Amino acid sequence: MTEVTGGIEMEEDTSGKIKKFLYINRKAPYGTIYALESLEVVLIAAAFDQDVSLAFLDDGVYQIIKGQHTRTIDVKNFSPTYRALEGYDIEKLYVEKESMEVRGLKEEDFIVPVKVISTQEMADLMESQDVVLSF
Amino acid sequence: MKFGILINEGPYTHEASDTAYLFAKAAIEKGHKVSRVFFYHDGVYNSSRLTEPPTDDRHIVNRWQKLAKDHGIDLVVCVAAALRRGIKDENLQEGFRISGLGQLIESGIQSDRLVTFGD
Repeated sequence: MTEVTGGIEMEEDTSGKIKKFLYINRKAPYGTIYALESLEVVLIAAAFDQDVSLAFLDDGVYQIIKGQHTRTIDVKNFSPTYRALEGYDIEKLYVEKESMEVRGLKEEDFIVPVKVISTQEMADLMESQDVVLSF
Repeated sequence: MKFGILINEGPYTHEASDTAYLFAKAAIEKGHKVSRVFFYHDGVYNSSRLTEPPTDDRHIVNRWQKLAKDHGIDLVVCVAAALRRGIKDENLQEGFRISGLGQLIESGIQSDRLVTFGD
């Protein structure tokens, strides 16, 4: 938890202040725009030199599965972008074990290296963050 | 405490914007500060100057505008999300401004709490 600072204005310089940001992805990659637009946030966030983690829960685990083909729905396949995250020093990707298993998925089904963690560990991860953004 | 708010849904269809508004109002009444409200996804529609609800219903857009004016809240609409949905300066309600996602991250860094409203 961060300290209540109070009285700091928005014009303040954010450089040097590092917070823990967790981006929670709960939705399927297609069908709604949430996954794509949340990825855009993550890419912008990379420029701010914050401590960034990504978590994939529920249908969100489908965002990073291999072999996505979107030509028939005429939507851009943005899954390769997740592979680019490493280049932005975003390497802390977590998948909730229960979400993965209930959908019949395994760790090797993902296009990026992830750390598979339990629901309890996921809760602990969320607890340890300063800023949690859920999409 | 200093709050940042993120709104991810458009007005009327979802209650997210209403809930965020009531939250902001309650926080201000309790003596907290709401420094910025960031509109993302369909949330950008909360800024349309062309919004005309029936007169016996709440006017979500103008309500935000007034709260912001009264309490110095920065209302920021994401440029990429807005352009995708046909929100531009020419149909943007006064009191809102269009800017980049960096403003959302900055709000996360500078607020004590960044609270999300949406699906």
